[in-house]
Amino acid sequence: MARRALAQLTLVRFREFLREPDAVFWTFGFPILLAIGLGIAFRNRPAETVKVGVVASTSAASPELSALADSAAAALARTPGLAAERMPPDSAAAALRTGRVALVVSPDAEGGYDYRFDDTRPDARTARLLVDDALQRAAGRRDVVPVQETFVHERGSRYIDFVVPGLLGMNIMGGGIWGLGFTIVDARRRHLLKRLSATPMSRGEFLLSFLLSRLVFLIVELLVVLGFAVLVFGVPVRGSLVQLFVVAFVASLTFGGLGLLIASRARTLESASGLMNLVMLPMWVLSGIFFSASNFPASAQPFIQALPLTAVIDALRATMLQGSGWNVVLPELAIAAAWMVGTFVVALKLFRWR
Amino acid sequence: MTALSAPLALSVRGLRKRYGDVVAVDGLDLEIRRGECFGLLGPNGAGKTTTIEICEGLTPHDEGEVEVLGMRWSHDARALRERLGIQLQDTQLAEKLTVGETVALFRSFYRQGPSAAAVLGTVQLEEKAKARVGTLSGGQKQRLAVACAIVGDPELLFLDEPTTGLDPQSRRQLWELVERFKAMGRSILLTTHYMDEAQRLCDRIAIVDHGRVIALGTPEALIASLGAEHVVEFELEEGHEQAIDEAALLALPGVLATRALERGWALQVARLHEAVPALLAALAARGLPLAALRTHSATLEDVFVSLTGRQLRDG
Repeated sequence: MARRALAQLTLVRFREFLREPDAVFWTFGFPILLAIGLGIAFRNRPAETVKVGVVASTSAASPELSALADSAAAALARTPGLAAERMPPDSAAAALRTGRVALVVSPDAEGGYDYRFDDTRPDARTARLLVDDALQRAAGRRDVVPVQETFVHERGSRYIDFVVPGLLGMNIMGGGIWGLGFTIVDARRRHLLKRLSATPMSRGEFLLSFLLSRLVFLIVELLVVLGFAVLVFGVPVRGSLVQLFVVAFVASLTFGGLGLLIASRARTLESASGLMNLVMLPMWVLSGIFFSASNFPASAQPFIQALPLTAVIDALRATMLQGSGWNVVLPELAIAAAWMVGTFVVALKLFRWR
Repeated sequence: MTALSAPLALSVRGLRKRYGDVVAVDGLDLEIRRGECFGLLGPNGAGKTTTIEICEGLTPHDEGEVEVLGMRWSHDARALRERLGIQLQDTQLAEKLTVGETVALFRSFYRQGPSAAAVLGTVQLEEKAKARVGTLSGGQKQRLAVACAIVGDPELLFLDEPTTGLDPQSRRQLWELVERFKAMGRSILLTTHYMDEAQRLCDRIAIVDHGRVIALGTPEALIASLGAEHVVEFELEEGHEQAIDEAALLALPGVLATRALERGWALQVARLHEAVPALLAALAARGLPLAALRTHSATLEDVFVSLTGRQLRDG
């Protein structure tokens, strides 16, 4: 009999979720769209070419300087990875300002060259190296030691590989916190929690129905998002799938606990969504979804590393990209599990049915 | 099943509950017999909902004793939940679920009871079984709330203002539903501020004001306690409102009590056929023009007014 109630409660979770098209989109569609967008923006192009401009002079050009500029442009055009363009001075300045060219070369009266570029821009520094090398060679410089180049394009080190585990972690966090928090606060606001508490319903089963439904959504979510990333972008999963699933499962419970804690007292959707953003915003920024958390100062690292999302994303990345085993993942899972236990204990103490 | 032998469905003694400085329930006593439909009648804020929610085990009380089906919330909460049916005043059921799914969900919480389909039949929502709760009318939603309350085959049913805000037809449908449930020999505690509802449905009524019971009895006995079967209200033309005094009115044959209205008087009358001609004659003798004259049979509303000096709806 008790099982039947649990089954009914869990069914209700599915029905309510599937009948809310927005929720379905944010859970399954949004991360895919985000991955597509980021995959396009940060796709690895075949050896990108750097554009440079060549001008005869910044002021009125003499015929000699003009000839020098033409030969420099020809030398640069022969260099792989560079695209050179002869330009009048005005448009060269504008092109440099807007980033259409990374560097502007102009010959000077003494037979040398003037390079103008922004030294804080990585592509401008690349242009500086390539242009200088090409012009010096054209002027007759010879290499002192012979070098060889071997190109390595390895899956797993691209930006899309980095960002997919981050998106997965973010999605699990959103699903747990929104999934539990929003549903519970909405039920309290409608006095539905109070009505349910007036029945013989087991309160433990009520809670369990959320965790069970999260588990099923999690499996679907993993299949959809991960399947898409693997099939479309070739993102690698080097570690064991079981380990990946365990990490995701612990993560789901951890954020479910946070969602429950947020929802334990809030009476309005407004106050609940405020609290949710308050909890999630630091993790969106700090936990290394889109860029490595190690970019933040060392003094902030103990705090950042203690955040549940940091632990989850680190564990997902280690499993997917490095193929690390339990020895690497367990300490991260311990952090997440500590959050899970802590939030559940406090949430159940604070929880109000009305 | 020791509770079955208990003579009372509900017994409340010396109940008190305060919220901060506000005393919601102030020494309230109630006894509801098995198989009885009992009404708590009173204005908004009288303490009806607080009382019923204490009896439902949803709100803790400060003082007093509450025994439900011979059991106490402190010891037998789980067993009590199985045997009570509860409809709350302001529950909004999940709008995305269908009517059938909602009843099936509530049915799954109880060990015994009729099938979900049978309950839908009882509340006449069979053809709405597949409709989303969000698409129901107010009356249908309220019948669904009652369906969720009776799905565990309760011995005692709590209905908190079940027809507030409903149109007349929906109210009648709900009354029939309550009457069918009562006919099965179950006990009901109902709160309402509609005297016609209490008069029609309830075997006994407690009139509640300021957290206490101020009158108790069958609707007929309460009305009879007025000693007057009819109420006559009249208004005088402007400028003449106070041109006749209370003593003159009480001197009329059959008039038992008077109450000043804004532009005239309300009279409690035992013999309408004597009082009205005498009133008209008295007014004509004083040359006072009537602006309006109304009579109706005495109701619970008149009982409430004569007890408190206020109308039920005034709050």
